[in-house]
Amino acid sequence: MQRCDLAIIGAGPAGMAAAAEAAQKGLSVTLLDEQNRPGGQIYREVDRAAGPRGAILGQEYLHGMTLTENLCQPGINHLSGAVVWAIEDGFRISFTQKGRAGQVDAERIILATGALERTMPVPGWTLPGVMTAGAAQILLKQSGVLPRRAVLAGCGPLLYLIAAQMVRAGTPPLALVETQTAASPLAAARHLPGALRGWRYLAKGLKMLAEIKRAGVPRYTGATGIAVAGSTHAEAVTFRIKGQEHRIACDTVLLHHGVVPNTQAARSINVPHVWSEAQQCFVPETGAWGETGKDGVLIAGDGAGISGAMAAEFAGRIAALKAAEELGRITAPERDRLAAPLFSQHSRETAVRPFLDAAYPPYADALQPADSTIVCRCEEVTAGDIRSYARLGCLGPNQAKAFGRAGMGPCQGRYCGLTVTALLAEANGQTPEETGYYRIRPPIKPVTLGELAAMEDPSANAAE
Amino acid sequence: MKTVSPFLELADDAPRVRVWFDGQPLDLPAGANLAAALLAAGVQVFRHTPVSGAARAPFCMMGACFECLVETGGRVQQACMLEVEDGMRIARPYDAEANDAAL
Repeated sequence: MQRCDLAIIGAGPAGMAAAAEAAQKGLSVTLLDEQNRPGGQIYREVDRAAGPRGAILGQEYLHGMTLTENLCQPGINHLSGAVVWAIEDGFRISFTQKGRAGQVDAERIILATGALERTMPVPGWTLPGVMTAGAAQILLKQSGVLPRRAVLAGCGPLLYLIAAQMVRAGTPPLALVETQTAASPLAAARHLPGALRGWRYLAKGLKMLAEIKRAGVPRYTGATGIAVAGSTHAEAVTFRIKGQEHRIACDTVLLHHGVVPNTQAARSINVPHVWSEAQQCFVPETGAWGETGKDGVLIAGDGAGISGAMAAEFAGRIAALKAAEELGRITAPERDRLAAPLFSQHSRETAVRPFLDAAYPPYADALQPADSTIVCRCEEVTAGDIRSYARLGCLGPNQAKAFGRAGMGPCQGRYCGLTVTALLAEANGQTPEETGYYRIRPPIKPVTLGELAAMEDPSANAAE
Repeated sequence: MKTVSPFLELADDAPRVRVWFDGQPLDLPAGANLAAALLAAGVQVFRHTPVSGAARAPFCMMGACFECLVETGGRVQQACMLEVEDGMRIARPYDAEANDAAL
């Protein structure tokens, strides 16, 4: 059995920064991550992609190398390609790595599990050729693979980023079909004074928009009724603007309307979550240091509520200082002194967030999809199915499983959970909070009997 | 006739290795992400759902959605979490069972 002071789950910006900070304070750290190389999704494969694709991906992406280079230090045991499937009290973390199950015991845990894209269920979204915009970014970062004829649909800064990167790579998207209306920026304007503290983000956004415009990529805003047409593969995007129908033929459709915390691991250990009206999703309840309602468990980065990559880095370091203090490596006054500049940098990085949340609200038609639209991709359950369960008396997502297997497929509800909550809440006249969320149980990722059988015998180790 | 992939691969000088997808030989970059390499090679349908038989392909590319499930090495696994290895034999999962049921 491996033991460590601190186990960190996820090697994105929060996890990498936390690992380096904790190791410098003398903690033994085990950093577990599903990918074979560090970076998370935002800095995916940064060490390998920086050379060939750095100019396309941009400076903000290359910044990730400052985090990966700090992982090679004594005190950090980076388990790459390690898929965590259970966390038990105490804490004991079970994972699979290279076809073999393993376990590590830790005094403290930092969950740095990042974000998932907010699901955008629209008619036709299960067709091959439809992906998340984030998936396209991952293809570009990790593999240098780009869609030749793509339409980007939805809203938010990530949509502009991938469009700008596609322009730089020489394969601009065919069009941007944006769901925010002219009213959204007006509603956001009251957040501008705060956002100006994060002016670099606004400047970057304007620069990307200029790049997209220069490349001649058409932008449609205020789109409703978005659907993907095609029989066996995406063939076109259809939508309406001010009552007028549009159709753009394409091979690939990239959907995006924001990101939400990946709460699967936190929920599996009963960390309390609350509904965030501003971000239209559940977020774990966390304090300033990332501490949760569960003793010894801290959450840092987008997994604690969407704040972006730079904020995640500071949050990771802040959580690491808290763990170091709790384990007696630094005193509380030391912790506070070291954390003070991090808190102010964190606050500067998150200043732009209320503006972005208001300027790019989630696409309304995807929050309450039409009856015939599939919401649970795995089990092919439609929005109409969920509404019919409500009419039969179904009050919450866990009951919905019994009615029609929603959330019981291989993704374990990751991509339908919020939609099912929203549909039941609306149908029953309840709040999302009252409606609740799927109960997430381990194993949170698949594990085979063969992998379990290949596990080192823990008792043999203990006898050593 | 080989159809043009909807995906473009930026210059990649990684050595190619031979794999088989659904019985068809493909030469993919060694060590590349399997889902990305299959998309770039023009594979459009990775699997058919066990519920309705609908075609599916990679959706999230980050190990969360399980849409890119393929069968390789005797197991159904996420293609986006695997790397290309010489001699890999990859099949669409559940297809064999679906064909059995049709008999």
